[in-house]
Amino acid sequence: MSALSGKLRSAPWMLLAPFLAVSAMFVAFPLVQSVSLSMRQSFGPAHTRFVGLTNYRDLLSDPLFWTAVRNTLLFTAGGVFIQLPLSLLLALLLNRPGLRARTAFRIIFFAPALVGVVFVAMIFGVIFEKRTGLVNQFLHATIGWDLDFPWLQTFVMPALILSALWQYVGFNMVYFLSALQNVRADLLEAVRLDGAGRWKAFRYVVFPEIRPVAGFVVLLSIIGSFQLFELPYVLLNSTAGPDNRGLTLVMYLYQMGFDAGDLGYASAVGWVLGLILVAFTVLQRRMSRGEVSS
Amino acid sequence: MSEIEVRRQARTAPITYLLLTAAAVVTVVPFVWLVCAAFKTNADFFGSTFLPAGDGWLGIGWSRLTLDNFRRLLEDGLMGRALLNSVFLASTTSVLATLVCAMGGYSLAKLSFRGREMVTVLVLSALIVPPALLLAPGYQLLFRLGLLDTFTGLILPAVAPAFGVYLFRQSALGGVPTQLLEAARIDGAGELRIFFTVALPLLRPMAGAFALITFLGTWNNFVSPQVVLQTPGKFPLAVAVAQLKGVYYQDYGLQMAGTLLSVAPVLVLFLILQREFIAGLTSGAVKG
Repeated sequence: MSALSGKLRSAPWMLLAPFLAVSAMFVAFPLVQSVSLSMRQSFGPAHTRFVGLTNYRDLLSDPLFWTAVRNTLLFTAGGVFIQLPLSLLLALLLNRPGLRARTAFRIIFFAPALVGVVFVAMIFGVIFEKRTGLVNQFLHATIGWDLDFPWLQTFVMPALILSALWQYVGFNMVYFLSALQNVRADLLEAVRLDGAGRWKAFRYVVFPEIRPVAGFVVLLSIIGSFQLFELPYVLLNSTAGPDNRGLTLVMYLYQMGFDAGDLGYASAVGWVLGLILVAFTVLQRRMSRGEVSS
Repeated sequence: MSEIEVRRQARTAPITYLLLTAAAVVTVVPFVWLVCAAFKTNADFFGSTFLPAGDGWLGIGWSRLTLDNFRRLLEDGLMGRALLNSVFLASTTSVLATLVCAMGGYSLAKLSFRGREMVTVLVLSALIVPPALLLAPGYQLLFRLGLLDTFTGLILPAVAPAFGVYLFRQSALGGVPTQLLEAARIDGAGELRIFFTVALPLLRPMAGAFALITFLGTWNNFVSPQVVLQTPGKFPLAVAVAQLKGVYYQDYGLQMAGTLLSVAPVLVLFLILQREFIAGLTSGAVKG
């Protein structure tokens, strides 16, 4: 019996061991390390020098950093205020009772989420191309738009937002759709029989029901948007675009850490990014808790 | 359903289909365009939007289409190599991560031991660490371990995502009955054997979905291989294809052939296993 309980006691740790070992090594250790690294200046990975809080002071006074913050926020706003409403609209349409070909529509809308960001950037890089690109050719044929209009030199952020919209609108739709399927049909029908219009039924029956999921999707979208790097990096040929209009926070981190070779400065940028995301997460928790109590 | 209701739906249905179809067309067009572009000569990019015009079937110049882009793409061997690298990296990472996370998640859900709450809290806190924060210190660590420019340096850090442990924990809480485990214990089976013979088969749906999304995530990952690898012969498709844009920036046909080669296997897999894909990719919301 004691052998059995001995086995029982060590078994949980044996099963957890690979996860704990790898996480300690490649998450916990670098995370702790990055605190002290962020207070050092580094010249490649081998040589570092202690500089205290200089990195944080430098980056907060670097106009490029603020450009990166602004661009990242713009992209995030595009995701939250343009993409997510469209995702919800698609989900509402797909949730109509008696709709045919629902599965086919769902598969089609979801498919772009499988395409890696790099490949999305490759495709849209050519689609936004001047003479040969689909966008200009289509607009030229329909409204006589200038075939040589340089999208990626003029409208960097709209091009990024549109590419990401194509990639993720169906992905977020799936979350909304599963939330909508939990809305009580009898309640909805009762409200509609009482003569409430579509909007009122949505406002007072559907929306309160899907609100927790909506909050989660918004948070997920914000966190995802703040990681933006590959899309502009590949789309703009490893540059930040004209006037740094495609510079994002993670691209700034990458340029500082891997192009300029200062891993210390890059770690400081990483911590600022991490703190911003923690702030958003706490804010979202507060707001969703407030809903429950009210 | 009341009569009014039926009539209202009958009236709104066409606009619903119209909107959905329009959205579907917009979604599909870039795919169609990608496929057409991969088989076009660069000259035909200027004269045609999708396929070059001609006097063939449907007024399309079928004879102008070419496999030349793929021939040029594969001729120096690097892109074929990148395809193999992607397959190897994605499948190895996927199998290992699924096993590591299933073991950990099951242990947290179904075995009671001192420190369980603490580990669970650690898993939950690891969920919010943004990957970008680990980029610089992780690179320094791999440098010190001598793992830069190796597949080990790419695979090892990726086999224990906290997200996976969390998913398997949730799935084991609901999907593995405690009585079954007790019965196996009374039969004298060891805990490891119970995991592999009793729990793991019950976790199979989750394991399938998780293995798929990890495969997909690794296949599509750009940042880690871009930072860790230096030798072109070791690049996966995501890095190799992105480089086409820098080197052959006006060679659209070549770029699109490389992109199609990278995207097509994933899309085919998706069409076969779409249920698992959607369940896996959106599993973060389950009982959120």
